[in-house]
Amino acid sequence: MNRALPWITGAVLIALPFVYKAPYPMHLMVVVLIWAFAYTSWSVMGRFGLVSLGHGGFFGVGAYSTALLWNYFHLSPWFGVPIGMVLAVVLALVVAYPCSRFRITGHYFALVTLALSAIVLQVATASRDITGGSLGYTPERAHAGGGLIAFQFTDKLTWYFIALGVWAIGLFIRWKVDHSMIAYALEAIAEDEDAAGAAGVNVTSEKLKVTALSAAMTAFAGALYCQYQMFISPDTVSGISVSLQMVFAAVVGGIYVLPGPTVGAIITILLAEGLRIFFGTRALGWDNLVYGTLLVVFIIFLPQGLVGVAWNKLTGRRQSA
Amino acid sequence: MTVSGGRPMFDIYLLEAAINGILLGGVLALLALGLNLIFGVIDVVWICYAELIMMGMYGMFYMVSVYHVPFLIAAVLTVLLVAALGVLLHLIVIAPLLNAAPINQLLATGGVLAFLQALATVMFGIDFRNLGIRMPVIEISDMYISYARLLAFGTALAGMVAVYLFLSRTYTGTAIRAIAQDRQIMPLMGVDTRKIYLVTSAIGGGLAGLASCLLVLQYDVHPFIGLTFGPITFMICVLGGLGNMVGGFVAAFVFAEIISIAGLYMDLEWGYVFAFVFFIVMMFIRPRGLLARRT
Repeated sequence: MNRALPWITGAVLIALPFVYKAPYPMHLMVVVLIWAFAYTSWSVMGRFGLVSLGHGGFFGVGAYSTALLWNYFHLSPWFGVPIGMVLAVVLALVVAYPCSRFRITGHYFALVTLALSAIVLQVATASRDITGGSLGYTPERAHAGGGLIAFQFTDKLTWYFIALGVWAIGLFIRWKVDHSMIAYALEAIAEDEDAAGAAGVNVTSEKLKVTALSAAMTAFAGALYCQYQMFISPDTVSGISVSLQMVFAAVVGGIYVLPGPTVGAIITILLAEGLRIFFGTRALGWDNLVYGTLLVVFIIFLPQGLVGVAWNKLTGRRQSA
Repeated sequence: MTVSGGRPMFDIYLLEAAINGILLGGVLALLALGLNLIFGVIDVVWICYAELIMMGMYGMFYMVSVYHVPFLIAAVLTVLLVAALGVLLHLIVIAPLLNAAPINQLLATGGVLAFLQALATVMFGIDFRNLGIRMPVIEISDMYISYARLLAFGTALAGMVAVYLFLSRTYTGTAIRAIAQDRQIMPLMGVDTRKIYLVTSAIGGGLAGLASCLLVLQYDVHPFIGLTFGPITFMICVLGGLGNMVGGFVAAFVFAEIISIAGLYMDLEWGYVFAFVFFIVMMFIRPRGLLARRT
């Protein structure tokens, strides 16, 4: 049963649009999948106690570099996205290397990485002659027939399959990392850095590997978000709010289990959309009110997240957090 | 003002920016002090610290502009109100998590950040509001120094001196400093840690309240104002060495000067960018803070 479950889920998701493809639920699915991929990317490192609040920065770098390269140099996102990912990795390493080298961990690490997302937000806002500042930025529409090169698709169905594929690859990468030697090393580091180092684990190198991977994936998510929404602004793709949004959704779903961040994405996005539909513009702020409360409640009572708790109930064992 | 007679007027602007930087530094130091106190004693980072200030600013706005409470009385009430918020925050969120992983405490206060922002949006709307009090501007030989900033600087310094005296001269203050040094031993010495944590949370909140009374004179209040002060405050604390109050004091002025002087030549946002980059570079050089002792 456990082995078949991913395949069944995959088959259902692939078959879904052939049965039912109203535009609005389709749009929701795409948004959920893109964010689920972003949250999973965060959890790749977050689950090892490397709680980064800089991922809003990586997301923003991915989104802005793709859009800027396309508009100014007509560089196709097929090249622009990898460049954005490389930039995000460089940024991640510049911060993560000293952090790891000088043993900046725990909340120090969170606060230092927080500076990173604040920098990206401020740079995007400050260079308003280039990025449009806080008013936002739009990639230029491709000429007719140039959609593939520009990575712009008007068809929701295409986007659904792209997002689905990316999300599945994201889950696969996380699964690979969880079942690799790196995971053992990082779990040992999370328990006790000195002991792990003494046992022959190269602490810095292991941490940097997983950080680079996570940053690259997050930048990719940012680029994808930009190409899908065709509009980005500093507040929606970078900064503390985006970082906290990632951490929050991942925690609610559960960061120690593979589907956790995805479930977090489903819950948070459906909650926001639900409140918006029922309350209209009066709902402004209500979704965050619920989020904030839930986050506090979850951290106090259910630090393993919804899926984590369900998983433990099903398998009848307590996974140590 | 024009550049005339071949004498560049440039240095007077620079001096003005430097002085404004010092004045800004006073307020930033006050913000950092509250956060450092909480961290040093309770070993918790209140990510939502700037949101407490935002609530205080709304308190000031409603009391002064809507209910016409005299400014000073409103200020005292605001300090008490935010101090109470600090105590509530500790009781509801931090106390159940005292033995959890530090990062969980930080994330829980992150939830409070989202909650307070949303609460302000729901209760007060997203309009920018201000007290509508125009403070005079002092002109000293072509330099313009805002009276509001001068007042904020003076009050912030007075507040810091008061906290210093409290910590060094009173029994409770001594107990607070002792707990900051050794969390395990002090309960054995007969100190009630729970009471000390509550007092510390109240003081931390009170300092946020004091800061909000000063900031509301210079800035419009809106639900997201915390994002303007929050990151900079955390960076000052980390740069000074989390929990190191003297380090935070020094770092506040360094940051304020960078922001103020870079803001003279470019947009204000670039001032922040430079300050943040400086912060990351300093992490390479002095990872445990400006005044860290070599271990």
